Amino acid sequence: MKLLKSFGEFWYDFIVGDDWQIAVIVVVALGLTGLLAHGAPVNAWWLLPVGVSAALGWSLYRAVR
Amino acid sequence: MTALPLILTVFVACAVEAVEALTIVLASGLTREWRSTFQGMGAALVALAVVIAALGPSVQALPLTALRLVVGALLAIFGLQWLRKAVLRATGYKALHDEASAYLREVAAAEAAPVTSRGRVRDWYAFVLSFKGVFLEGLEVVFIVITFGTNQRDVGAAVVGAAIAIAVIAVTGVAVRAPLAKVPENAMKFAVGIMLTSFGTFWGAEGAGVSWPGGDGALLVLVPAVALISLGYVALIRQSVPSKVVVQ
Repeated sequence: MKLLKSFGEFWYDFIVGDDWQIAVIVVVALGLTGLLAHGAPVNAWWLLPVGVSAALGWSLYRAVR
Repeated sequence: MTALPLILTVFVACAVEAVEALTIVLASGLTREWRSTFQGMGAALVALAVVIAALGPSVQALPLTALRLVVGALLAIFGLQWLRKAVLRATGYKALHDEASAYLREVAAAEAAPVTSRGRVRDWYAFVLSFKGVFLEGLEVVFIVITFGTNQRDVGAAVVGAAIAIAVIAVTGVAVRAPLAKVPENAMKFAVGIMLTSFGTFWGAEGAGVSWPGGDGALLVLVPAVALISLGYVALIRQSVPSKVVVQ
């Protein structure tokens, strides 16, 4: 169990790193892009770049304020 | 997309990781002993081969759309962490990564540690130090090679980029016998963060069902756009917040 926890923690740290909110914003932006592409359908190619830029800006704002 | 951008991207990303691994291996080999250091390095390479054997085929077996969605999301998140650190370093909010001082820290710790042997390993500290350095930096190389290679359906080109990077850094390290402090590591990390984020965004959106205007050519706009936005954040932080000087 401890080994499994360490394994999970290692990969979390490896991928997600210092700021988990970046991961949340990217996943939400991707989800919305998928919903629009398959549901509406709208080719929202611009949504993920906007989400990625916002995630970086938000994370930096919190780091330096 | 031709194989050249793929090879170049993987080359730069892997060169950064190889420089960091080299610093640790040199600190271990020059201050402790080479035999245990090489044993640690060898064990790490075997462990990395196991990871590749376990992950590679299963990742390649995924349908391209699912692969691009999952790998694109992971790459974008991973790349944004690199970019975040790079911007914070460029604005003085995080200490610049300095191979010379990292080397001195490793040397000081290596000199202070007692010599204990285990089994065929004469110096356990040198073994563990070398193993951890090569395995952890190597894992990032594996991640980059598998994600970029499988997404472009050209793992061979990604392996070539990684192999050239590792060979160049290893040969230079052997020739110089010192950490490669003159490598512009922070600038390279900034560039790698831009590439990882751009490719992750491109593949992730494609996996979610988007058609990019201009197809693969959209990357020629996306990469400079991510670079400009990141540099814009650097300028904005420098203007609005007094610069900090962080000494490592």
